[in-house]
Amino acid sequence: MRMHRRTLMALAVFTGLTAPSMALAADDTIKIGLLATFEGPFTVLGEDGERGAMTAVAEMNGTVAGKKIEIVKGSSDASPDSAVRAARKLVEQDGVKVLVGPLSGDEGIAVKDYAKTQPNVTFINGTSAAQDTTLRDPAENFFRFSTDGAQWMAGLGTYAFKDKGYKKVATVAEDYSFPYTQVFGFMAEFCKAGGHVPSKSWVPIGNKDFSSVIAAIPEDVDAIYVALGGADAVNFLTQYQQGGGTAPLIGGSITVDQTVLTSKGKLKDVLKGTPSAGPTADTNDAPAWKAFVEAYKKQPGAFPSPSLFAHGYYVDMKATLLGLDQVGGDVSDGGKKLRDALSKLSFDTPTGKVSLDKNRNAIADIFLTEVTEGSDGNLLNKLVKVVPQVNQTLGIPEDEFMKLGAVNRDNPSCP
Amino acid sequence: MSLLDRPSQTLSSGGITGRQAWGLVGLLAAAIVAWLVFAVWPDWLNAILISKKAFVSAILNGITLAGLYFLVASGFTLIFGLMRNVNLAHGSLYLLGAYIGYEVTNRTGYWLLGVAAGFAVLAVVGVVMQVFVFRRLEGDDLRQTLVSIGISIVAADLMLAVWAGGTYQITTPEWLDGALTLPVITAVRSNGASVFLTYPLYRVVVLAAAIVIGVVLWLMLHKTRVGMMIRAGVDDRAMLQASGVNVHAVFAIVFAVGAGLAGFAGVVGGSALSVAPGEDVRYLLASLVVVIVGGMGSITGAAIGALLIGLAEQIGLVYFPTYGIVLTFVIMVVTLAVRPQGIMGKAR
Repeated sequence: MRMHRRTLMALAVFTGLTAPSMALAADDTIKIGLLATFEGPFTVLGEDGERGAMTAVAEMNGTVAGKKIEIVKGSSDASPDSAVRAARKLVEQDGVKVLVGPLSGDEGIAVKDYAKTQPNVTFINGTSAAQDTTLRDPAENFFRFSTDGAQWMAGLGTYAFKDKGYKKVATVAEDYSFPYTQVFGFMAEFCKAGGHVPSKSWVPIGNKDFSSVIAAIPEDVDAIYVALGGADAVNFLTQYQQGGGTAPLIGGSITVDQTVLTSKGKLKDVLKGTPSAGPTADTNDAPAWKAFVEAYKKQPGAFPSPSLFAHGYYVDMKATLLGLDQVGGDVSDGGKKLRDALSKLSFDTPTGKVSLDKNRNAIADIFLTEVTEGSDGNLLNKLVKVVPQVNQTLGIPEDEFMKLGAVNRDNPSCP
Repeated sequence: MSLLDRPSQTLSSGGITGRQAWGLVGLLAAAIVAWLVFAVWPDWLNAILISKKAFVSAILNGITLAGLYFLVASGFTLIFGLMRNVNLAHGSLYLLGAYIGYEVTNRTGYWLLGVAAGFAVLAVVGVVMQVFVFRRLEGDDLRQTLVSIGISIVAADLMLAVWAGGTYQITTPEWLDGALTLPVITAVRSNGASVFLTYPLYRVVVLAAAIVIGVVLWLMLHKTRVGMMIRAGVDDRAMLQASGVNVHAVFAIVFAVGAGLAGFAGVVGGSALSVAPGEDVRYLLASLVVVIVGGMGSITGAAIGALLIGLAEQIGLVYFPTYGIVLTFVIMVVTLAVRPQGIMGKAR
């Protein structure tokens, strides 16, 4: 026991000695916090987000403006309080002045609120895509180069109604801000085109048993719109197949993402031909995208094609590094110069040009896709159409868009 | 005798005894349930309960989920009842069983082999845990519990390292695929044709397996010598030891059965739903709630608790998804308030 105590003491002293030296890291490195879900139901998503971010770092050979990039990782479990805890740790203990993340919708809103209490730290989004992270009550120092969940749906509602001929669609989605935003984006177009959504099921995140939810979906719908992520999507799709479901599916952006398409099991038959939309398309022919895929594949454990999380973290990390490069890596002024540079930043990503609006939310191209089986048996998102330069109000004038109200379970509605 | 009998007679002056009254209530409830399941619903009922299909499916799903919870919780409750050891690593046993089942099924192509491996390997793991960890801390309940938390954290990270964070689906064999058509009419089409309820065959098999195992466990506990020792140990461990029984051997058997059942449930549950990190905590929490509601140390209690929690979860999910989880805990709180030892638990 005494031995044990002595060891502990030694450890404590050692920590005390090394901690200050870590904080006084030499001037020739720049610390960037990387916040993603490395635990909980979205672990796979977070890991791929990290691959994306590291692809951007590797592209700059690990240096920016002559300084070495040091990535400090923070982990959350997709709950808003864990994200804030991780962000606080990165900012208040590790002393990062620039933070990239978080990954999930509710986390984004929570970190945005935290950003307001840290005006000297610059926050750049990861892939969190809730509308209200930037649309309502935004934070001056929170930037999103990766667009939101409603933007990701651009073109899908019209496509489902006109090209697929679905008139009545039921929705199944997780019960938090990002799926609200996705359903909003889909319904904004679908309802306008004349479609109806008679039933919306909101399920708790991390739910495993969907068979009761599936049974409660009305039988007379033409298709089911599914906005579930990670393990939730896999569970829903498997049980839908087991229960003998026949209605075709329409996918939310993360439902037909590589994180789901690559999972092992009998998903293929249910998913083939599912239309969706999102910030990426696996069969994009653009040389910039192909180069990005090659660079991404150098990361350990990479998917056959980058997921939208890898893409989102890449774009946001890339923007961060470009901004830091412009200001010579100097954030000693509380990051003011960096934030000025970021808000004016406009650059070419693997998926086209990205620039920011006045709320610091991205305007970017969106891809309409359909799930197909690739030559090697992997499921892929085939590019159907590019919707160019979608802004956060989906092309609707801003005052009119704001009148549609904040997204939630009941808004929008067209039964 | 007659003096003792009198109070009960005065109580039931209405002509029927208390027991008969309960029987009548039970019959009435059974009749209502039978009518809900087999009758064609009038429109107003469909309007209240979404649809008959949704309602009956929720009930059936609740019962099959209860089967799964029972498999996990029965081991948990046995171990607690006998050893006063709240094994908080029980969820990890479930998850490890699921991963092992996945590996074996994937490599050999035989699902049943995966199920057997899940049970066997975890039974061995259980014995190892009992012999090398818990036996050393015997009689020190708090330390045993803390050590089991430690084991669960280490196990979770080790499993994350080996199987990464992905979602695995254990492939069920062809003969378990597909759906059963049940003799339950959910709706009548305008042309007079009846629409029957279909239900996944696999889930029916899960339920059947849970019932068979429950019965076998009950028989083992009540009809065999080992079962007698276990029950005696639950009631008074010191006395059992004093009467010459090797309690350590009994402990090892209970741990093997309990852990093996968790592993078995892992494979079966991983085939019905899916396997991913975080499942360990979910099933630990579920079995804790089941055991608190049903009563610590009772197999019948675990069955009743599992049924209540499974039904509450599924009905909550369909009718008020946002607050569904609250229902589970309301049941737990009410049980703790009204009958703190659990429905079938013995007051100590």
